[in-house]
Amino acid sequence: MIKLKTALTTVALAGSIAAVSTPAMARDTINIVGSSTVYPFATVVAERFGRNTDFPTPKLESTGSGGGLQLFCEGVGTQHPDITNASRRMKKSEFDMCQENGVEKITEVRIGADGIVIAHSSEADQWNLSLEQVFLALAKQVPDPDGGDELIANPYMNWNEIDSDLPDQEISVMGPPPTSGTRDAFVELAMEGGCKQFDMIAQMEDENENKFKSVCHSMREDGPFVEAGENDNLIVQRLAQDPDTLGIFGYSFLMENSGQIQAVTIDGVEPTPENISSDKYPVARSLWFYVKNAHVGVVPGIEEYIAEFTSESAWGDNGYLADVGLIPLPREQRMATAKRVKDLEPMTGNEL
Amino acid sequence: MSDQTTQAEIVRNSLKRRYRKERRFRLYGMLAIFIALGSLFVLFADIINKGHSGFIKTTITLDVTLDSEMMYLDDPRDEDQLSMADFVAPIIAALQEHVPEADSAAERRELGRLVGNYAASEVRNLLENNPDFLGTTQTMEFLAHDRVSTYVKHADDPSYSIKLSEQQQEWVDELVEKGVIDTSFNDVLFSRGDSREPSNAGILGAIVGSLLTMLVTLAIAFPVGIAAAVYLEEFAPQNKITDFIEVNINNLAAVPSIIFGLLGLAVFIGLFGMPRSVPVVGGMVLALMTLPTIIISSRAAIKSVPPSIREAAEGVGASKMQVVMHHVIPLAMPGMLTGSIIGMAQALGETAPLLLIGMVAFIVDVPDGFFDSATVLPVQIYLWASASEQGFVELASAGIMVLLTFMISMNALAIWLRKRLERRW
Repeated sequence: MIKLKTALTTVALAGSIAAVSTPAMARDTINIVGSSTVYPFATVVAERFGRNTDFPTPKLESTGSGGGLQLFCEGVGTQHPDITNASRRMKKSEFDMCQENGVEKITEVRIGADGIVIAHSSEADQWNLSLEQVFLALAKQVPDPDGGDELIANPYMNWNEIDSDLPDQEISVMGPPPTSGTRDAFVELAMEGGCKQFDMIAQMEDENENKFKSVCHSMREDGPFVEAGENDNLIVQRLAQDPDTLGIFGYSFLMENSGQIQAVTIDGVEPTPENISSDKYPVARSLWFYVKNAHVGVVPGIEEYIAEFTSESAWGDNGYLADVGLIPLPREQRMATAKRVKDLEPMTGNEL
Repeated sequence: MSDQTTQAEIVRNSLKRRYRKERRFRLYGMLAIFIALGSLFVLFADIINKGHSGFIKTTITLDVTLDSEMMYLDDPRDEDQLSMADFVAPIIAALQEHVPEADSAAERRELGRLVGNYAASEVRNLLENNPDFLGTTQTMEFLAHDRVSTYVKHADDPSYSIKLSEQQQEWVDELVEKGVIDTSFNDVLFSRGDSREPSNAGILGAIVGSLLTMLVTLAIAFPVGIAAAVYLEEFAPQNKITDFIEVNINNLAAVPSIIFGLLGLAVFIGLFGMPRSVPVVGGMVLALMTLPTIIISSRAAIKSVPPSIREAAEGVGASKMQVVMHHVIPLAMPGMLTGSIIGMAQALGETAPLLLIGMVAFIVDVPDGFFDSATVLPVQIYLWASASEQGFVELASAGIMVLLTFMISMNALAIWLRKRLERRW
């Protein structure tokens, strides 16, 4: 039984060593956190970077834009991430939080655009929706259709109740949950855009901004809008099976699944790369990443990673990021950004 | 007389009813088993149906002439020249030998898109490691582009959309006929880490990550769990405090796993300043999660050792310590091991607590230590299942098959150990 005893002690010892030794070692892998929308683009760059240089491949965590900025702004030091991706611009409050925690110099990089599409099965007829119709179909509260200044709970259950030109078909739309950056952008661009077209609500913007936001940003919860979780693939699968359902997701999913699903045109504009980058398509947003300048030179390879990301072969019109669905910025903007980023020009906070 | 007849009749009738009731009851039971087995079967059929093609890779084998002029490269030892050289040109030239009709610039570019995105780096690596190969012709096997792979494997499946142009499809058909494009067992899956190219993605990084994490979990949870169980069962005085601890261990077993992740984030990463995404932290979190399972099953195993053994040992003069170490633990060991293995199998399939400590991440390099960034198998499956590229669908299912194989073998080991070592009293 001595054998058993020694075996037990060894295992226990090994366990306690593993538990106690806290690593104070320097990190040689770049740590990146942030938006799940930028994740597919950043991972492609990271993998190329790892293969074509002697640096280890950066580690990427998809935490959402807000979560990423939270981690990023926690402080300087190798336990904190070096870069965070975001599918919206950093907020002033987040910039201030960074400053407070000693993350003073931050370089901002705008990498391109992404469109949010409303799509359905390729077997269904091609549709066109206006932002106003999108709002009426999905908002929690809408102006009373019988006139008057009252807001009432959304009464529309069929598309043709909103507009007689739309088909007689139940409203059924699948979309991302509130934790997703895609949802934030959809609410801000599509819902608010449609919402403002009602004079009565537009007035509210000046008088009572909080009320305005709560009216425009609240999605209905009585069934026609279904939150489908962060998994956009699932939405695509459901759409392919059920031609009467519409789905909301990022442009790259439309591109990857163009055989099964087609996009609804919004205000008559089709979501194509040209229309998205030129802001013709109304539901488009910019994508960003932020670099902690204090980590450059401490964690090896950050400058080289940024250089790879901002090279023409990556984010250019024919770059490999365009192949995975990124919509490139116009060339002059790319050139200007690349130059600014090369010098690691920090943000001042006034641009936000 | 007539009274008795009616009574017998009543009994007979009720008897029939009782039999019918029993038969119905049995039928319900069988139906329940049928539903359980049926859904399991559907699940397996679906996974295998989707995943079997994940074990097949599509390759393009070419005789590549490493021509110095074509690549703008005279010296493969020169870093500057390497970074400026064109490694795609020789691959396209080699493809053209099989498809001579493609000779406009656009067609050549289309042709070049048949090979995977990392073919050029493979040529570069070959030259970097063997500078003498410059000017020679080498037979190289490239992974086909993801679109080609989808076309070759799933051309008839309507749930996949084919993204090759008509012309590319013709070329691919031609190359398949000539045997240049071929399919074989996907060894990439078992020899590489994650990638954004489905054809380049492997599960080795996740397997190693799981292994490292499980080692840490085992090293902590097994000794601690058994020590706790032995103390509680053999030495602890029966009082309110012991009762309180017992109730809490049982409560702990029912705590949702994500709570342990929050604890790990707050304590190990926040307080102790340990790095994110490393197997040590993951293993410690999972150890906390499996501890109650191990303690409870170990206590049951100790309880089942008959008192007569203890009494006999005490009777020949053994001390309490000797009774426990020499008799109780060895006899209870099979039960303890079974409980631990089942606890570990549970930990192997866990993703929720790992989300919070950063192990749900894109990690390409295969981890080589406990403090290296790593993911685990179920996380890898989750990441692949939510990726937008079609090729990851089959990989996710293939990953599930690998994970299930691990799980089933762990459970089989537990059953075998129990059968093999268990003693009946």
